[in-house]
This record gives sequence, structure tokens and C-alpha cells, in this order.
Amino acid sequence: MDIEELKAKIMEWANKSTKPKFYFKDMGKAAPEVGLREIKKAVTALVQEQKLELWSSGSTSMYGVKGKGLTEEQQMGKHEE
Amino acid sequence: MAKFETPLLDDLEKGPWPSFVTDIKRQAKTKPELEDLLGQLELSYKDKETHWKHGGIVGVFGYGGGVIGRYSDMPEKFPGVAHFHTVRVNQPSGLYYSSAYLRQIMEMWERRGSGLTNMHGSTGDMVLLGTQTDQLEEIFWELTHDMNTDLGGSGGNLRTPSCCLGMSRCEYACIDAQNICHDMTQTYQDELHRPAFPYKFKIKVSGCPNDCVAAIARSDFAIIGTWRDDIRIDQAAVQGYVKGELTPNAGAHSGRDWGKFDIVKEVINLCPTKCMSWDGNALKIDNKECTRCMHCINVMPRALRPGVEKGCSILCGAKAPILEGQRLATLIVPFMKMEPPYDECKELLNKVLDWWMEHGKNRERIGELIGRVGMREFLKAAELKAIPQMVKEPRSNPYIFWEEADVPGGWERDLAAFRKKHPL
Repeated sequence: MDIEELKAKIMEWANKSTKPKFYFKDMGKAAPEVGLREIKKAVTALVQEQKLELWSSGSTSMYGVKGKGLTEEQQMGKHEE
Repeated sequence: MAKFETPLLDDLEKGPWPSFVTDIKRQAKTKPELEDLLGQLELSYKDKETHWKHGGIVGVFGYGGGVIGRYSDMPEKFPGVAHFHTVRVNQPSGLYYSSAYLRQIMEMWERRGSGLTNMHGSTGDMVLLGTQTDQLEEIFWELTHDMNTDLGGSGGNLRTPSCCLGMSRCEYACIDAQNICHDMTQTYQDELHRPAFPYKFKIKVSGCPNDCVAAIARSDFAIIGTWRDDIRIDQAAVQGYVKGELTPNAGAHSGRDWGKFDIVKEVINLCPTKCMSWDGNALKIDNKECTRCMHCINVMPRALRPGVEKGCSILCGAKAPILEGQRLATLIVPFMKMEPPYDECKELLNKVLDWWMEHGKNRERIGELIGRVGMREFLKAAELKAIPQMVKEPRSNPYIFWEEADVPGGWERDLAAFRKKHPL
């Protein structure tokens, strides 16, 4: 599958997800026919394009659509009125 | 005068041991924001809960690890630690630094961070504690461009591979632990910096079975130097130890009178497989029974040395107690030659990683996956043969497996016919 097509499928899946953050492996559901190594390339590109963002506790990592759920501003204590 | 009263923290300064509270107080004289760290920590002890938020969205561009977001949940009260991110710095193999390099790191960290460090984290990284979001890219730039140093791993990534001093200083080293560690770090850069694993994955390399980096207990993929021929014996040196001319353990336990060295009591009887004997003149070793525990070699290093045919054992699946409890690694390859570019080892590791990525649950270490689905499935994926060392206990996980094709009639049988012959 073309990487652009794969990126679009991942973003479609991520935007539909009811969870604000998800594990990498869950993104495999966006294109089950594709291996996780291919998913990783597309996800890495999406992070570079700042469409996806990474959250980490230090021990685990989760991905999320940028701006969905917790934002960088909120975590710094700048809550919107 | 301190910004906050800290009676609970002050208690941690009592006693003869070094205190991190004392260290932070000292550092607060030049970094006033650390008063807020002390204040928040005191409040955490008082409230019996942390006042750090859980994780965060933070990092440097292009990397998915190496920076751990730490945000205070009381930024108005403790503005100095509103953000207090941790930076993990990839340590050099064997933790070799020049003093000039350490000064450079610390000068940068005093300027761009809190000046507090943890040398080293349990994975081996230099851990720089406490900086703000707007400093991260600058820190990354200085580390990579001015100090030729990379960030380490965090999150669902390969963690920074670590190793012992290896051949640089240790006569026991059977493999070049430092070069293997460096090579693995370079080969698996993408796995180190961009998270795609179910959870953390650690590679540790020990030069010999003394396992100074605790690879067997702490790493998902342990590479431990060993040998497969006979322990080399210098019988004259053995006599030297027996006669008291040579100091046991190379003097490591000197400073106390342990009495005359007794080779039977201190070596022969402590051999875990009882493969050694001493007739008063010569030491004999039944090498096929030796488990490479290293005890005899450690006690009499002038007399005994590892064999000459050297390589490594590979073990898989260890982890520390967090989440599902502690696990020791399982031996999966008793002996493998380890010559650059270590292709055989990497081919095995790639199979292991692919299988874990596909079948591992979120936050499941590979040892837990092996425990859940069984060693047999792991061995199929890794294309390895089962060996007796993999048997945990009789009957629970045999190392002789049968495929359906090997069994006449396969797995299917006529239950009705069976019950007719064997009625209940």
C-alpha cells in the first residue's frame, strides 16, 4: 500500500477513535492487511507532519491526534476558561 | 531562608547515609526554583500522593523517546517546577567518560536545567532531572552537535543498550561487550527513538557469566559472554593458592583474616554442579558438567581462566518487578560466536522483536508473552530448537514437542469408538 494511502487510513481510524490516546499496536487496526513495520513508517511520518503527537509516561508511549484530548497547553496548567 | 518548611524531608537527612534532600537543598542555593521542588515533595509526603501529573506530551522533533514530561499539578503554588522534564542521555559503552566531557555535560545542565542528575538510571542512561519545555530543543542540539551524544530510550521503545567494561579492563571478558553494545545501539536507532513496541525492551551485554550488568535479571535480550571448551588450568598457580603464596579472589576480600585458604571448602564444595575435584596435588574439572558459574575462576584467577573458544549465551525475557512481577531470563541460545557485524545475533533479535510486536499485548514484556503463550510458540517464531535448559519444572513445559504430522492418525480420534471400548 502506498504510504500516503496508509497515512490517510491511519488518520481516518484515529479521528474516529473514541479514545483520546491509543497504543501503537491499536493503530494496526487501521490497516490490518499491512504489517506493523509499515504502520510505523506511516505513523512516524504523521508525527513529523504534526498530525499525530506522542504522549509518554516515561515507561509507556501513546499516540493521539494533535489537539484531541489533553493538549500541550492544558498539561502546562493553562486551562481554557 | 528556605521558601517552605520541610520537616518530613528534613527527616531524610538524618542518619549516616548520603541524602538526596541535602543535595537538592545545596543546589537550591544557586537554583532557587528547586525550593519549589522541595516544597512539592514535602507536600507529596504529607498528602501521601504524588503531585506530578502522569506523563506528558513533550519531546524533541523526530524523536519519540528520551524526554519524559513531568508537570506539577500545582503550578501556581510551585511555579519553579511547573515543568520539570527528565532528559535521558545515552551513556557511552561501559560508562567511560573523560572528566572534560562530564564538565561539559554539567555546564550545559546547570545552564539549561536544574543541575540535578541521576548517575545513572537503572538502564544506564545519564538521567538529567528537571528542565523546561522551551529548553529541550536547545539541550538536544548541544548534546548532539557539541558533545556528539544522543538521547537514550524511554517509553515503548528499545531502551539504551548497556554493557559492562568488557575487554577494556576485564580479563574475564569472552566477548567485546562494548563494541557489541555500540553496534546494537547504532543498528537499532529507529527502535530506540521511535516507539512501536508493546512496552519497553532492554538489551544488555555482559562480557562473562559474572554478568556485571545483571543482564540475566534485567534485560529482555541478554547477551552474556561464555566459552564452550575447557577451563584453562595452571596447576602450579593452583598450588600457589593452596600454599598461601597467592591471594584468593585477587585480594577482593582482604582486610579481614579469613584464615588459611581451603581449596576444598572454598572452591570444590561450592561448585554448583560438583564437577571439580582436588586430590591434594592436582585440580580436575569435568568440563561437560560445568555451568560457567565463574566461582572457581573468581576465587583463583591466576590459576583458572575461561576457555579459548569464546562467544556468548543469549537469554530472553527477564524484567524487574514492576507490573507482573520479576522474571529471570530463559536461556535460548547456549552458544553463539560473536564477531562483527553480529549478523546471526541480529537475525535472531529481529525475529524475536517481530513476534513480540505482533503478539504482545500493550504493556506486556516479552518474557510475559512467552509465559502467556508458551515457550513453544516463541521457539517457532525464533526458529530455535528446544533445549533442556528451557524446562522450568518437570511436566509443565517439556522441551520435546510433537507436531500433528508426527503422530500416527494426527490429533483427531473417534471419541464414540473410544467410549464404546472404554465406557464411563
